[in-house]
Amino acid sequence: MNTPLAGKAPTILLAAVALFLVVVMPSLNAAGVVSDFTLNTWGKYVCYAILAIAVDLLWGYTGLLSLGQALFFSLGGYMLGMHLMLMIGKLGAYKSDLPDFMVFLGLKELPDFWQPFYSFPFAVLMVLAVPGLLAGVFGYLAFRSRIKGVYFSILTQALTYGAALMFFRNDLMMGGNNGFTDFRTLLGADLRSPEIKRALYIASAITLMLVFIGCKWLTTSRFGLIQRAIRDSENRVLFSGYSAANFKLFVFVISAVIAGIGGALYVPQVGIINPSEMMTEKSLEAVVWVAVGGRGTLIGPVLGAIGVNYLKSWATTEYPDLWLIILGATFVIVVLFLPKGLVGVPAQIKAMIDRRKALKKDRADDLAAINPSPEAE
Amino acid sequence: MSMVHYLLAAEGLNKSFDGFKAINDLNFVLEKGELRTVIGPNGAGKTTFLDLITGRTKPDSGTLHFEETHDLLRMNEYEIYRLGIGRKFQTPTVYTDHTVRENLLLSLAGPRSIWHSLFGRIRKEQEERMDEILHTIKLTERAHSKAGSLAHGQKQWLEIGMLLAQDAKLLLVDEPAAGMTDEETHRTGELLLSLAGKHTIVVIEHDMTFVRQISQGRTVTVLHQGHVLCEGPVDKVQNDERVIEVYLGRKSKAA
Repeated sequence: MNTPLAGKAPTILLAAVALFLVVVMPSLNAAGVVSDFTLNTWGKYVCYAILAIAVDLLWGYTGLLSLGQALFFSLGGYMLGMHLMLMIGKLGAYKSDLPDFMVFLGLKELPDFWQPFYSFPFAVLMVLAVPGLLAGVFGYLAFRSRIKGVYFSILTQALTYGAALMFFRNDLMMGGNNGFTDFRTLLGADLRSPEIKRALYIASAITLMLVFIGCKWLTTSRFGLIQRAIRDSENRVLFSGYSAANFKLFVFVISAVIAGIGGALYVPQVGIINPSEMMTEKSLEAVVWVAVGGRGTLIGPVLGAIGVNYLKSWATTEYPDLWLIILGATFVIVVLFLPKGLVGVPAQIKAMIDRRKALKKDRADDLAAINPSPEAE
Repeated sequence: MSMVHYLLAAEGLNKSFDGFKAINDLNFVLEKGELRTVIGPNGAGKTTFLDLITGRTKPDSGTLHFEETHDLLRMNEYEIYRLGIGRKFQTPTVYTDHTVRENLLLSLAGPRSIWHSLFGRIRKEQEERMDEILHTIKLTERAHSKAGSLAHGQKQWLEIGMLLAQDAKLLLVDEPAAGMTDEETHRTGELLLSLAGKHTIVVIEHDMTFVRQISQGRTVTVLHQGHVLCEGPVDKVQNDERVIEVYLGRKSKAA
């Protein structure tokens, strides 16, 4: 940890990843080297990376394994999606001011709670507020009751499953199982044009960097020390005078808001949001990304999210039937052999070399002890 | 403040676990500045008593007051901590993944809010205080090592250092000499003696050599079956028939 290279390597790696995502990819796209499709796919990866950081902030840093972070991601997406649905206007299949699914359901008027979503700033506010509030209420109840460990994981899973069932219902007026799709414009710009897609990609990549820097600051402050203290010895934290519940609640809310932001950037890029995004396997996938990349670091989740999804894109086209097996095998290999994920590999290799050196030295010493040199006699 | 006669007063405490009476009508009074040693055989309720004081468990009945006005039974762990009651656990409980200095930093007296943890700065006198404590607990050299890499005795000292950082009015020290070498035990005794007077300290201990070292001219309390068996100077207590019978496990045939 104190060797100069180990100190600088993450910074160099980080700068390289940032440069690649924010500058190189969109430039190559503008120059025609990277296709619009590829850039769009990478835009998705970047949003997943934001979600992965949200998961790691809870799991890797605070020891809270949430299996429901995809819920907050989806909620952020839904909130922006509501605005995008209203911006379709009369361009929909039914040529009505109402979103198509409402016409289909026989509605004559826009429900009251949809009205404010004509305003873009309001929708953005809701992207932050709805995941944050839900996490606040749920977290308050869970942490006050001192629900910990696997019980917390199960509850978060139940929460996201329950929410998905709710969103599947048509009478929630959130599009039922089809969700929202067929988006046209955002702030007057055509979402289907390559320039706007590129702009969305850049916005996502910059957001990822900002989230990263924000979390870096958070986790290296005294707050970060307390976070990790809660992870390692929650009892001691209480007996050091900290209200562990308040700190956990704060992290949970921050994580939900970050996930929501990721979802809001994701939806206009993929052009669809529906309740299947809330299903538990989506949250589990996010946990796998973090485990593969390396939890308890910030670069790990980013690499994990991009890496695993890149693998997924490749495998689902090359070996569509084998994808789930590949994902499962990756997870098992990481858990068994790479406890610190991809990020921990250099340190693992170094430790292995050191051990081998020590072993060699021991052997040499042993040999010297068995066959003492003539001078010694 | 001159109105405060007793730092800690427990009256008629009872606590059962599944029918087992861990604490049985316990009365205990501690004056400010005392260094009190509590001894007793296994299962005498020593650790449970500390659990009650620090809010880890609540009694079935009885009262427990700190500085006469604070009702500890109505408070939770961190609220009690904030009153100035610090605890060293039986097995050293430090943050193993944090450095020694970070352990002290987290324990320093001061605001415990989220806001402060994010934006609060470490003042110069706090840095100096940490240096001072590191010196006291003889861990200056190890300040930037992970606490998990310390030897057992050093972890015990670090935990005592964390109580010092907290500036606790009352230090509850549970078996500080457990697992230490004689040399380390002696140094721990010296450390505690140097803190007596400035802080009020309750030490729970088994090691009688250690108890004699720290309790010369002071009161020793003997607990037995969750009840105070006797209280007094160490020599008197050690020669008490009842103590010999229960604590040393000998059946007295003198009757």
